[in-house]
Amino acid sequence: MDTNFTPKIVSFLCKWCTYSGADLAGTSRMKYPSTILPIRVMCSSRVNPAFLIKSFFNGADGVFIGGCHPGDCHYQSGNYHTRRRFIILTKIFETLGLESERLKLAWISAAEGARFVKVVTEFSEKIKKMGENSAKKKIFI
Amino acid sequence: MDQVLTIKKNAEAGIIDFLKFLLQKDEIGGVFTLRNISKQGKYDYGLITDPELLKDAIPLHPLMPVNGGKMLSNFSVVDEKIAAVIKPCELRSFIELVKRSQGKLENFLLISYTCGGCFGFKHSVDNNIDEMLPDYWKVVAKGTDYKDIRETCKACEYFIPINADITVSVAGEKDLNSISRLYLHSEQAKRMAEGFEGDISDEEFDRSQYEHIINKRKEFKVKLFDQIKIKDTGLDGMIDVFGKCIGCHACSRVCPICYCILCDFESSTYDYDSDMMQTELSRKGGVRLPPDTVLYQLGRLSHMSFSCIGCGQCTEVCPADIPVSVIFRKIGEKVAEIFDYVPGRNVEEEVPVTIFKEEEFTSLGED
Repeated sequence: MDTNFTPKIVSFLCKWCTYSGADLAGTSRMKYPSTILPIRVMCSSRVNPAFLIKSFFNGADGVFIGGCHPGDCHYQSGNYHTRRRFIILTKIFETLGLESERLKLAWISAAEGARFVKVVTEFSEKIKKMGENSAKKKIFI
Repeated sequence: MDQVLTIKKNAEAGIIDFLKFLLQKDEIGGVFTLRNISKQGKYDYGLITDPELLKDAIPLHPLMPVNGGKMLSNFSVVDEKIAAVIKPCELRSFIELVKRSQGKLENFLLISYTCGGCFGFKHSVDNNIDEMLPDYWKVVAKGTDYKDIRETCKACEYFIPINADITVSVAGEKDLNSISRLYLHSEQAKRMAEGFEGDISDEEFDRSQYEHIINKRKEFKVKLFDQIKIKDTGLDGMIDVFGKCIGCHACSRVCPICYCILCDFESSTYDYDSDMMQTELSRKGGVRLPPDTVLYQLGRLSHMSFSCIGCGQCTEVCPADIPVSVIFRKIGEKVAEIFDYVPGRNVEEEVPVTIFKEEEFTSLGED
């Protein structure tokens, strides 16, 4: 295994919860891995499953979605839809033999800075162990 | 209790007689059916209001020029009732469209039949369906599959109509050439049949008699699914199967479920501008053109696979011979299973991605 490998994790973070949670982690001087590339979205349900597929095919080693806890969505029900879409996408990945472990969904509220650090650190470690996404080198995708 | 209407004519002539009767009695404003449009064996769907034009109707012809369900959604603005003779898979796709507000059931008298499968476009282009027809009907009457029908049809276990007003007994019907048996399910069908010269008696439509055909079709389905070997090879397998894709998007054009006027994948969202192309090139040293064809297939899978009714039109139109339909059905079934969903089964069942339950998948995202 290449010990110098630094994964790239494309992260879609909901503005109201997870993004604010990441902010809190920052202002609280907590440290989280720089492998996370945050993209702020207004709701986790803004994320079209095709965004995840696109990131995956373009060589993201991991793709992460962060949203509000079920029941806490700023728009009432957005994250419930995210949940179903995520389940569907992972099922498709599994059936096609693609690495569904590279996709992750987590609910992190604006107050959970420490949880944000924990979740992304663990995910980052896991991806590091898995190694590079082989799609990175595939031209003909 | 269903009623059965027996007409002493061959199955097709019986249906035409009944349709003519409905048109003349003004019960319906029009008929949607397959028609013979020339003497050279050319067939197409048509909407007919003149009873005389029914002479060219061939409602049971084993060909699907377009998915009829998709066509029916065009008439949802018509005030009058239309009698539509469509295949069971087309009926299921129409139900899926109704769920998506693309059609209204109230506008139709839906007539379908136990389907023996249909021929591919290749035979229609080669113009050799007519010569195979006599043999085809013999085989269908026995309840077996004709050798030249589409593979999708041989693997279809939903050949018995669900949600039809009237079911015509075709596959497995021994007296196909002499008797036309119409099972009237709905109240509107029973009311409309009043006054028609034919024997009407109470008889429940017996689904269990088709068990052996269903089992055989399921067996073939497993075989067909196994031929798609993406699972074993993952990413490479994907490139192998979809690598031939030329990005024409014909599969989504003919798909009855893909009703979006502007498909996400035809919008500019996924376009490459020169900057992006440059980035890709400097990163990978090469880019496939047209780009993102695998993304398109996977994206479409994530958008609609759970609603795939397996009509097989996508496979038929694919210029690169990709078995699109088999892949979509295989994955669609796996996805639909999670939600205990069967596309086209019940119009009350909502599309999985439009609804949710608060108490489901509760452990997801909490670790």
